[in-house]
Amino acid sequence: MTTPPTGSAAGGTGTFAPRPGAAPLHRQVLAQAGMEARLLLRNGEQLLLAVVIPVIVLVGGVQAGDRVGLDFDHPVVDVLTPGVLALAVLSTAFTSLAIATGFERRYGVIKRLGSSPLPRSGLLLGKGLALLLVELLQTVVLSAVGLALGWDPAAGVLGALLAVVLGTAAFAALGLFLAGWLRAEATLAAANLVYLLLMAGGAVVLPASAYGWFGDLVGWLPSGALGGAMRTALIDGATAWRDLAVLLGWAVAGTALTARTFTWE
Amino acid sequence: MSAASPEPAVVVDGLVMRYGEKTAVDGLSLTVDRASVTAVLGPNGAGKTTTLETCEGYRRPQQGVVRVLGLDPVRDRKQLLPRIGVMLQGGGAWSGVRAMEMLRHVARLHAHPLDVDLLAERVGLGDCGRTPYRRLSGGQQQRLGLALALVGRPEIVFVDEPTAGMDPAARRTTWELLEELRGDGVTVVLTTHYMDEAERLADRIHIIDHGRLIASGTPLELTRGGAVATIRLVVTRPFPPRAPESLRRALGEQTVVTQLDEVSLLVTGPADASTLAKVSRWCEESDVLPESLTLGQRTLEDVFLKLTGRELSA
Repeated sequence: MTTPPTGSAAGGTGTFAPRPGAAPLHRQVLAQAGMEARLLLRNGEQLLLAVVIPVIVLVGGVQAGDRVGLDFDHPVVDVLTPGVLALAVLSTAFTSLAIATGFERRYGVIKRLGSSPLPRSGLLLGKGLALLLVELLQTVVLSAVGLALGWDPAAGVLGALLAVVLGTAAFAALGLFLAGWLRAEATLAAANLVYLLLMAGGAVVLPASAYGWFGDLVGWLPSGALGGAMRTALIDGATAWRDLAVLLGWAVAGTALTARTFTWE
Repeated sequence: MSAASPEPAVVVDGLVMRYGEKTAVDGLSLTVDRASVTAVLGPNGAGKTTTLETCEGYRRPQQGVVRVLGLDPVRDRKQLLPRIGVMLQGGGAWSGVRAMEMLRHVARLHAHPLDVDLLAERVGLGDCGRTPYRRLSGGQQQRLGLALALVGRPEIVFVDEPTAGMDPAARRTTWELLEELRGDGVTVVLTTHYMDEAERLADRIHIIDHGRLIASGTPLELTRGGAVATIRLVVTRPFPPRAPESLRRALGEQTVVTQLDEVSLLVTGPADASTLAKVSRWCEESDVLPESLTLGQRTLEDVFLKLTGRELSA
């Protein structure tokens, strides 16, 4: 080309000379995941939800169970720890994600990122990775507390892993649906309410059998299926295929619902 | 650095955008030259932001064609996005994210980002790098927004009301930065409702109102006729009927008198020492009391008033 570069025009210093380009997708996804995980952990309320409440439930449940003699076939701590791990997944993948996404829409963060090179698939991957990262930290803390209380887990690694991944997918899809459907404040309220209801009555922490006839119903909820799958894996060392299928069903239904209704602003 | 290209950076042709009953953009056509600063000027609600968001790929044109760097912003989004920088009118960051953290994050999404510390210094974010977004002032949020638009070293930046909420010093810094961008070969498209901003910065100004292009040109072309004087007459109570015609007869045929509202008139005509005296005498004869009589050269503001019949900032 014979035309002189435009950078030589008056006022140019070359500082801002164009050199556009997207970072490789995996680097973008990692950056997004790191950012989202940091923000989730920085928020005081989220930390309460993610770690403090599950620890209180675990410690309190084991203490109370020992005193009032909760009648399980297994030691109380062996029953409650898998349930509390399931509760941690529920809190992060559903409640934290829904609240964070609701406010991202409100504050225009998703719009802003929409004009960056990060594609939507990358944004979703980043979010998913951030959830798994936070869940990993939760698992480390809660397992340590459980072990200190005498937890003796069975080695159902595959079943537990599948339960966490499918449970995350199911609750994340439902959380995104909620965030895409309601205003940010309403999402905040609803996500916390659902968390409390499922914690108390959703067969997450306590086995469905503890609920009497109601237990048959609760087993079909994502909370009951996740709790059941975790207990089967970590008490019996087996894989609860029926519970995993229920979680998969919720994940597919939630994704379809979200894909139809979610808007980025 | 790309060589100057005859192909425009942006082509908007016959764009129509409606929201329900309301037509936000009504058959708009305009072009933006490469490595230039182009101002899209118009009052609030004129359709500026909608037009910009169509160029940025946020909205699909309902009618007409939009091309940015020769690409379709919706269909070719993936190729286009790394090449453009976007400054939104507000928001766009997590409330708890620190200013520099946000800038670093967006930098990581790009292949060859600018040095974030240098950029932060240039836009004047030096003191508030560790401040969470929600605690930044409006002007600081604007500066961060500008930095986010520039960090990926784009070929073209779209900046929506870049200096709204900034103090005068920050405005000047921002203007200098935008001029430097042009010097470095970056195409700058900005919307504004500040006349001085458009007049100072723009190589070309597109004035839009009610979603239509009503004038285009360089600031000089739009305000041409430096020897032409303008007098703005504001009176204390509404003018009598047919006041513009009567004043024009008093001043002579070369004069143009435009009634702006019930109590103000704009007189445009040959500069003449006696003109002011004639206007005063006409006021006396017509029994109107002048509140102010402003003599000046034709400004963009006057051009806008003449074209749209209303104040830009209103």
